[in-house]
Amino acid sequence: MKHLEVKQINQTFGDVHVLNDVSFSVSEGEFVSILGPSGSGKSTLFGIIGGLTIPNSGDVLLNGNSIKGKRGSISYTPQTPSLLPWRSILDNVLLGQEISGRKDRAKALEMIERAGLSEYKDAHPHELSGGMKQRASFIRSVLSPQSLILLDEPFSALDEFTRTDMQKWLLSMWEEAKRSILFVTHNIEEAIFLSDRIIILSPRPASVLNEYKVPFDRPRREELLLTDEFLQFKKDIYQDMRLAHTT
Amino acid sequence: MMKSLVKQGWRPALVIILLFLIWELCVQLFQVPTWLLPAPTQILEVGITEWGQYSHHVWATVQLIIVGFLIGSSIGILVAIGLHLVPFLKQSTYPLLILSQNIPVIVLAPLLVVWFGFGMLPKIIVITLVCFFPIAISLLDGFRQTDRDLMHYMQMAGASRKQLFWKLEWPNAMPSLFSGLKISATYSVMGAVISEWLGASEGIGYYMTLASSSYRTDRVFVAILIIVALSLLFFIFINWLEKIVIRWRSSGEGGSSETS
Repeated sequence: MKHLEVKQINQTFGDVHVLNDVSFSVSEGEFVSILGPSGSGKSTLFGIIGGLTIPNSGDVLLNGNSIKGKRGSISYTPQTPSLLPWRSILDNVLLGQEISGRKDRAKALEMIERAGLSEYKDAHPHELSGGMKQRASFIRSVLSPQSLILLDEPFSALDEFTRTDMQKWLLSMWEEAKRSILFVTHNIEEAIFLSDRIIILSPRPASVLNEYKVPFDRPRREELLLTDEFLQFKKDIYQDMRLAHTT
Repeated sequence: MMKSLVKQGWRPALVIILLFLIWELCVQLFQVPTWLLPAPTQILEVGITEWGQYSHHVWATVQLIIVGFLIGSSIGILVAIGLHLVPFLKQSTYPLLILSQNIPVIVLAPLLVVWFGFGMLPKIIVITLVCFFPIAISLLDGFRQTDRDLMHYMQMAGASRKQLFWKLEWPNAMPSLFSGLKISATYSVMGAVISEWLGASEGIGYYMTLASSSYRTDRVFVAILIIVALSLLFFIFINWLEKIVIRWRSSGEGGSSETS
């Protein structure tokens, strides 16, 4: 069963054609990445899936039901951690549940512990490092009641090593939680390392250029990043994107 | 905290002491008559020995300030919330709000006496008028400056208008609210004194008019001293309140860097 289905989305803002007939799907428990150059309309796409923007045409289905224009149907991890600065980490992590109704403190504390943030549960966001904030932000999404998680370039502001650590951490959390994830990035390596499937968007107006099934077994290890197969795969995708970029 | 106060506070304190010293010396040297300009020591002496005679004026003014400030700031907060939540209201009444501040209080006060007599009401209205504006404006600014990323997250998470306001916009505007409150705190002291000039049977403003009409310049200075002290005390109180309410900021922004 398809968990999320994006069907023939078209979106223009004034004269600017942003999304051109974009269709793809995410299966139950699948990790799908959307890879596209900066400014290719990824944020617009997220706005549509999140219900903030109503597309000119097309539909978004969650478990077969249309969620077009319905906010709060998916769980969202934004590019910046977006933690409320006046709340403790624990209260921040509970925010998603708070908005939709019921709070489960015990579960939240357990997740905070698993993320290695126990010491910081009563701290305010400004006391945490960038990576820790991003972890807290992701926990907030996992704790939210919505079943599909949308991640919008969550690691783009982190340095290389923190980023690799965060990717490994994200994979371990995902393998346990078995939630469906839609991940947006412009980093090819990140997309390959994390996903089951990669959807490549063309430059504006964005349409689905190609789709790759990632052939590497799980659980994936950091060493994979330097193997020949991995690099060859990366090269294929890179050439694909490069070609679309120049023409 | 205390240490840094001493460390940074000694310079302005020294300047003030020096100023008083020069003042004292000049009065002594040129034998300035007391009704023209009393020496600081004379003012202090009158202030201490006559405390029993004028203390009830001080309490009356303090009461007026507190009541006026509470009413004025509540109205300021309500106006800001109203204008923020109903954009139509903001568009139609914002110019009026600014206009209300262009009418000098001194001109308005006699009118208020004509309409409402010499009781508490016209005085409260004067204080409210000077108080509500800084609070309303800074609070509106605070609402407007809500972080866009946070707003985006809340909307994606499906927050209702009510949740957006109470969970995001209101706490986000707290620092702005307090900067408005600090300005209003000092304004309310001024407003109270002005309203007492125009018609009152007690209060520091009344005491001041009595003193100046009988050429008791030393008493006028005592009144000034008390007004300054009241403003300062009030300001410090709001500052203290701010520290308690906004704990999440007090340990300093940017204290942690983007490393892990």
